[in-house]
Amino acid sequence: MQNYKGIFIFVEQVDHVIHKVSFELIGKGKELAKTLDTQVTAVLLGSETGNLVEELVSFGADAVITVDDPALATYMTEPYTKAMTAVIEQYRPEIVLVGATAIGRDLAPRVSARVHTGLTADCTRLEIQEETNYLMMTRPAFGGNIMATILCPEHRPQMATVRPGVMQCAEKQTDNDAQVETFAVAGLEAAKNVEIVEIIKKISECVDIADADVLVAGGRGMGSAENFAMLEELAGVLGGTVAASRAAVDAGWQDKSRQVGQTGKTVRPNLYIACGISGAIQHMAGMEESDVIVAINKDETAPIFEIADYGLVGDVAKIVPLLVKEMKGI
Amino acid sequence: MNIIVCMKQVPDTTEVRLNPETGTLIRDGVPSIINPDDKAGLEAALRLKDQCGARVILLTMGPLQADEALREGLAMGADEAYLVSDRAFGGADTWATSSTLASAIRKIGYAESCDLIITGRQAIDGDTAQVGPQIAEHLGLPHISYAEELTLTDGGISVKRQYEECYHLINAKLPCLVTALAELNEPRYMTPGGIRNAYEKVTTILTRADLDVDDVNIGLKGSPTRVFKSFTKEAKGKGTVVNLEPAEAVTWLTGKLREKHMI
Repeated sequence: MQNYKGIFIFVEQVDHVIHKVSFELIGKGKELAKTLDTQVTAVLLGSETGNLVEELVSFGADAVITVDDPALATYMTEPYTKAMTAVIEQYRPEIVLVGATAIGRDLAPRVSARVHTGLTADCTRLEIQEETNYLMMTRPAFGGNIMATILCPEHRPQMATVRPGVMQCAEKQTDNDAQVETFAVAGLEAAKNVEIVEIIKKISECVDIADADVLVAGGRGMGSAENFAMLEELAGVLGGTVAASRAAVDAGWQDKSRQVGQTGKTVRPNLYIACGISGAIQHMAGMEESDVIVAINKDETAPIFEIADYGLVGDVAKIVPLLVKEMKGI
Repeated sequence: MNIIVCMKQVPDTTEVRLNPETGTLIRDGVPSIINPDDKAGLEAALRLKDQCGARVILLTMGPLQADEALREGLAMGADEAYLVSDRAFGGADTWATSSTLASAIRKIGYAESCDLIITGRQAIDGDTAQVGPQIAEHLGLPHISYAEELTLTDGGISVKRQYEECYHLINAKLPCLVTALAELNEPRYMTPGGIRNAYEKVTTILTRADLDVDDVNIGLKGSPTRVFKSFTKEAKGKGTVVNLEPAEAVTWLTGKLREKHMI
């Protein structure tokens, strides 16, 4: 066990664009590495990805290992598993972190089974246990009703997939220094065991409020469909998306696809601004996990104020336009 | 062709509550259901059966009560059912669960006759999405996860594999493992005749003694991960509520959001 050292981050890239969760994992990895007095290594798999190394370094990777092979141009389970397993067997990291994305949740189970170690899915908190230096991996279970902290005491590496949007990226630096290494893995082309016939891009016209970092949500207190225009404007300034409560959807002011709550979607953006939403329990179940909740409502007894970080008692129609003005001025 | 469908009986999670004193799950009176992704996987198998006469074999691991889930699957139209059940398998994490199920699949006769294994993408109680791919790894088979469409081709299968931004249309030869999304289809209902037949059919129980597994790879002992503690989410503390003139309120709010690096 003493022979396993360092924190490795699987860098997810599609078409030479690195998924944001990879930077978040480097950021979290830096924190863990400080406690363990070790380094963070970004593992970049792909084809002709040399130009991405600099970005990984600027976000704080102490080292970068690249496996550059035409067989890794498009994600396919087996060649990626083979390459990642080879890296783990060669470098013997203590911890391996992977984004809990559609790629990460496909790759990590396969890799963990192959190297015979534990894997904790979809973690929302990572810490180092005092005394043992074990990685404490905390994740929601039973639809988020319960949290569980998992350890992997006797197998290495300790592996986790981590929910995107939960960890913080490190500040970008231009003068970071890192050790960059290429690692060749033989037989990746021959490892292809399925055939990708076609790649179909999703048409992204229909917004997914579950993906938004910022949501500006309106409820019954908005009073009319027309009044949602000011929420659109606020969302526009904040780089966010408009969402709605069930009351606003039932009134026909917003489409059902934007509904937050028990019968709508569960969201956990960085910032949730509830405008004219009183806070029915079914609504709050769908958004209480948001990092920061702002509530604007003229009824000071509205339940939404019980879970809001910042509550403004007042008229949405007066406050929101001022807020837009203030934001534009920044 | 033969299709093995792996299913899990799960508590209906919208009904799960915690005992406030002990912090443990209250399972009494909580209805059990076939995990939704698994049920879609079963439906996909039954549609292939309708098309080309496949034999659909159900496999689950759990307490004896999981027989109910198998009966439901049989009533929907599956042909055979196996329940892997033994105290020795209890407390298994995804690694140990998948190695046990892989052994059961070998025992059922995958080597000679199984063409396709279908599992759900993930179970609603654990949400890990790990067991399907890990079964495939233990069996040395390719897998395709997150299947939104599944069709037979000449000598293989074609799967529409879902990603966040795109789909991959993937062709694979058999044998292969596929993990199904609930979006794959609308599972059929049990028929009265099916229910009658289901209770006439025999479900086979596989215990520790029936499987060729090593004790170090099963149950709690065979699990690399350990639950250190479980807890309910700490309730979020109440924040600050202000009742100010609109302009002042906006200045106050933007100040707070700036402190939090939200803007």
